[in-house]
Amino acid sequence: MQQEVVLAMLAKEPSHGYQLRARLRQALGPLGDAMNDGQVYVTLTRLEKAGLVESQSAAGRPDRPDRKVYALTAAGQQRVAGWLTEVSWPRPDLTEFHLKLIAAAAAGLADPLSIVDAQRHELLRRLRDAQRAAMAEPDDSAAGLLLEGIVLRLQADLRWLEACERKWTPRRNRI
Amino acid sequence: MSDTGDASVLRARGLRKQYGKGEGLVRAVDDVDLDVASGETVAVTGPSGCGKSTLLHLLGGLDRPSGGELWLAGQRLDRMGERALARVRRDRVGFVFQAFHLMDELTAVENVELPGLLAGRSPRVARRRATELLERVGLADRARFLPSALSGGQRQRVAIARALVAQPTVVLADEPTGNLDSQSTLDVLRLFEKLHQAGQTLVVVTHDSRIAATADRLISMRDGAFVDETRLTGGTSGNLGALVDLEG
Repeated sequence: MQQEVVLAMLAKEPSHGYQLRARLRQALGPLGDAMNDGQVYVTLTRLEKAGLVESQSAAGRPDRPDRKVYALTAAGQQRVAGWLTEVSWPRPDLTEFHLKLIAAAAAGLADPLSIVDAQRHELLRRLRDAQRAAMAEPDDSAAGLLLEGIVLRLQADLRWLEACERKWTPRRNRI
Repeated sequence: MSDTGDASVLRARGLRKQYGKGEGLVRAVDDVDLDVASGETVAVTGPSGCGKSTLLHLLGGLDRPSGGELWLAGQRLDRMGERALARVRRDRVGFVFQAFHLMDELTAVENVELPGLLAGRSPRVARRRATELLERVGLADRARFLPSALSGGQRQRVAIARALVAQPTVVLADEPTGNLDSQSTLDVLRLFEKLHQAGQTLVVVTHDSRIAATADRLISMRDGAFVDETRLTGGTSGNLGALVDLEG
């Protein structure tokens, strides 16, 4: 479980571990089935040790992690803000990016559309490089085939970003 | 009233196109400002129905705006008479369409020379120009072929040659690679790059991110309006290796 994902899910409001789990389940649907319930608590404990999260035990029941309410520290807030605006590369992870948009919208920390735009610009720059390189290769070049594979992958990523954009675009009010 | 004296060959201010009325009002193009510099390649992208094709039709004088101002090469198009506008389309604009729009019963060279003949060139002059252009798009050896004997990519290159006959101020292309496979798309992109290097001004409306990524400037359109504009400067071929995990 990526630590930033758990942190970002906390950015909206202090929460119990089971609430975080429910949010992740909702965001991931069937893909979240593989998620082990214990993972969230393991991650929370690590984050607490790292000073990014603090916890309060509810109603005098110490040492039961599922009873604790977790909140971001100032350092945790900073980490989340940095993570939201950082453009993931060279391995744009679909799940991470998806959760980033959800967390950004839920916490009101960043506009999901500006995150999509930043990622799209980065992918387009990569595509430009790959496409220009492909255009410069002769037709019978072996490298041309590899470049075509790269181009097709980047195009697939860009198409998914279009879907993200559609999903997160507020419907424009028409007079 | 004065014509523009700046470097833009194509210039729109507050350009609008709407259909219908009241509840059914559709703002296909909604208050668009655009400046295209001479020699620039501009790509306009956006989802189906965002108004990009309508915009292209307005820019080329194929359709009339509902409002706003539009100049091409210093001439104001939005209030120009029908005959003058037809002349601008013929002399100033080259159109390229997704479906090629070639005449099936004419050979490649006959298709390319047709606009020249219609503009009153002598058959010899028109043929010489058409032959030159087919050479330029790499199809000199296909001049006598009917479109049905050509691949999709070859047909589109013939259509591009035809669009260049009048040495147009601007080439306007609507989804030029929409019907093409990967290799043919690459051929068309190479051809556009060649035209770009020769100083041709080009506006392309497209879904194809390969065209978008190789343009000088990329405009994203949504609901009839421009929502994002970016220059993908660079050509940082040095870090291509990162794309295949050879580094970093």
